[in-house]
Amino acid sequence: MFENKMELSFLAKSENEAFARVAVAAFMTQLNPTLAEAMEVKTAVSEAVTNAIIHGYEQMGPENMVSVTCRLVGKEMFVEIADHGRGIADIDQAREPLYTSKPEMERSGMGFTVMEEFMDGLEVVSELGRGTTIILRKLIDG
Amino acid sequence: MDIKCTERNGNLVVRIVGEIDHHSADRIRHTAEREFYNSGAKNMVFDFAHVAFMDSSGIGMIIGRYKELKKVGGKVYAINIGPEVNRIFDISGLRKIIPCYASLDEVASEGR
Repeated sequence: MFENKMELSFLAKSENEAFARVAVAAFMTQLNPTLAEAMEVKTAVSEAVTNAIIHGYEQMGPENMVSVTCRLVGKEMFVEIADHGRGIADIDQAREPLYTSKPEMERSGMGFTVMEEFMDGLEVVSELGRGTTIILRKLIDG
Repeated sequence: MDIKCTERNGNLVVRIVGEIDHHSADRIRHTAEREFYNSGAKNMVFDFAHVAFMDSSGIGMIIGRYKELKKVGGKVYAINIGPEVNRIFDISGLRKIIPCYASLDEVASEGR
């Protein structure tokens, strides 16, 4: 069984959203994903990283870091996106389609729905005042 | 990401070249809105021919323009949707409020 791992850490700035999803897509090429699989992973990672930046850290700060860890186990890819921000008070509500805490920012409330649709597994671990970790899982069978 | 706006027969065509995410959606929103009011167009047409990526920030941005134009009696259309953007349109149900066409000519013939 082939195993591999990579970790990234970057400042919670919107400029880094593209960097994070492209880096994950580049790392997963060793599993020979189809174009559709690569697109699905990129989109899900983009959603999770955007949530960390917008909701995890409401105000910009030099210490606001987002980390992305990828693990490959056999043909499965696990991506953990973590922030050390404010945390989610009600995870069930946050995961509801169309729910957004920031309608004034034109957020669609579809982030978690997209992640669920494009990945095979989604886990949310969050603690108020400590941060949120999203664990995405997907089988890449090409 | 690059945005080109042109007015065609009452439609402001917003051609986006690049990726639509939270970072770029803010810029698209501001540019499209400014150009729309400057041009005097009635409707807005998003051209996705050169969009290689869109996440749910794009959904929010498009719904935002839909609401904005509805207030002034205008419509929002989408053209040239490729496979990358298609899935997001499907999941979000955007097609229920945003008519999607293959080309600008088809948008123009809608009213005839």
